[in-house]
Amino acid sequence: MNLAAKLRRVPEFVVIWVPLLLSAGHVVVFTAWTSWISFTPSTLMPAGGWVGLRNYTAVLATRNWNIAFDNLLLFGFSFVILTSLVGLILAVMIDQRIRGENVLRTIFLYPLAVSFVVTGTVWSWLLNPGMGVQKLVNNLGWTDFRFDWLVNRDMAIWTVVLAAIWQASGFAMALFLAGLRSVEADLVKAAQIDGAGPIRIYARVILPTLWPITISVLVILLQFAIKTFDLVRALTEGGPGIATQLPALVVYDFMFQRGNLGRGSAAAVLMLLTLLAVLLPYAAWKYFAARRAARA
Amino acid sequence: MRPGNILLPGAPPVHDAAPGWGRRLISVVIWLLAAAYLVPLAVVLLNSLRSAQEIAQSSMIGWPKTWEFGNYAVAWGTFCIAQTCRGIQPYMLNSAAITLPATFISTLLGAVAGYAISLWRFRGDTWIFGLVTLGVFLPEQMRLLPWAIVLRDVGLTNTIAGLVMIHAVQGLSFTTLFCRNYYLSIPQELMKAARIDGAGFFRIFWRIVLPLSPPILVVTVIWQFTGIWNEFLYGVTFTSGTQQPITAALIALATSVADVPQYGVQNAAVVLAALPTMLIYLFGGRYFVRGLTAGAVK
Repeated sequence: MNLAAKLRRVPEFVVIWVPLLLSAGHVVVFTAWTSWISFTPSTLMPAGGWVGLRNYTAVLATRNWNIAFDNLLLFGFSFVILTSLVGLILAVMIDQRIRGENVLRTIFLYPLAVSFVVTGTVWSWLLNPGMGVQKLVNNLGWTDFRFDWLVNRDMAIWTVVLAAIWQASGFAMALFLAGLRSVEADLVKAAQIDGAGPIRIYARVILPTLWPITISVLVILLQFAIKTFDLVRALTEGGPGIATQLPALVVYDFMFQRGNLGRGSAAAVLMLLTLLAVLLPYAAWKYFAARRAARA
Repeated sequence: MRPGNILLPGAPPVHDAAPGWGRRLISVVIWLLAAAYLVPLAVVLLNSLRSAQEIAQSSMIGWPKTWEFGNYAVAWGTFCIAQTCRGIQPYMLNSAAITLPATFISTLLGAVAGYAISLWRFRGDTWIFGLVTLGVFLPEQMRLLPWAIVLRDVGLTNTIAGLVMIHAVQGLSFTTLFCRNYYLSIPQELMKAARIDGAGFFRIFWRIVLPLSPPILVVTVIWQFTGIWNEFLYGVTFTSGTQQPITAALIALATSVADVPQYGVQNAAVVLAALPTMLIYLFGGRYFVRGLTAGAVK
């Protein structure tokens, strides 16, 4: 290729490579950068030096992190399982040629259009015993009624689960419904001809075809759970005390409230590792599923 | 499964299993559930029209005794948030000034990048694409500190331009992924024919790819707009005072009214803050769902 032809292709290279390098590059560079800082004695400012795993052992020894991680396990699993279950039930119900299907879908999905900040704020009002549901029931005459999860150390994490289910179950519903709608009609007809009732058809024929979608839903919800920050910030602020602390809040706390960038970065890397523990098996499963499909 | 063929309204149900009475029961149950999902929205809308005293005397849940439409004017223009008494207006405008350019830039660049990866093919494209996809999953906490340093070094700390830059760059992961997946359905023969005719990278993009793109561009724009408008962490970390986006201002508002509760006004502020994305969802819901399912079902 001569020089003139090469020069003519310069704008093309710029347009291809600048966005790609920006998006791929910042992922690589930023990950390496934060990981590197997690091994330095950085406090208020990034600093040189090498402290090995000291930041990690320090973070792992804090009560804050341990509570956050226990909460993540509890929140993560209950949120993911309940949201998928609610989503699946909604999808199966909507799939019955219900009148007003479009309206129903719109209603179940609208929470997803709203920010976590709005969701958290609104639910913090509803669940506040001094002005929400408890107050309403008290005012109606049942004065002993208590619904104080929001300010109860042991129950507060369940308010986060509740608000998160409200926000995300429409998403699970949409995916399951897409899956239900792509079940082959012949399969269902064959089962009907064999005399199977609706419950049997669902249990034996339709639901088993949904499992690839189910895995996608679980993984997406789980990675969302690991990253949860805004919702807790707006709903409970991590409280009462630190009862609803989550890893993402611990990172923020170390970095910007305690001014310990080294430990904050270590906590961020621990978050990333948690995420990878979910995503890598998923990626491997996808890879092998694709290979199997290609061979078949 | 390709994006675009999922959940078209009125798609015929494959199975019609429930008998008559069963379906009626299901119908009742699901409408009750739908009503429950609407409760938070109804509560906020009603509260936004109630007076603070009325809410304080009864509870957050109730029908307005007097209709206080003035709450909206106060919330929009005169309410005090952290010593600034201009309501949520400046923060709403900040969010618009962040969201619109960042959505536009990330969508445009993502379309070009997706086109380059899916149709133009070049050495190392799968690797680059893999890294771009990782950007969708990488937690924001891993990028907070590097972004803070980058913002400081380019002099964009506490500016709207800084947040535009962040969202434009990070948005590329999503937009590239969406567009690439969509463009894969454009037949390679079309590309070959155009290249034989002497069309180059840009001409093919303008003449062939872009005219086929409106469906995916609408999805991408809606998705980016919603995501950036609703974003909180970067807004609260990298801006302060009247430079903050509306999500950060809502949190500041919740803290600043702790002393003198102004629930009616606060509810009106929440309604206004949620309005842009809710409207987009109501009018573009179909595309919103497509964006949702596109990445996941693939």
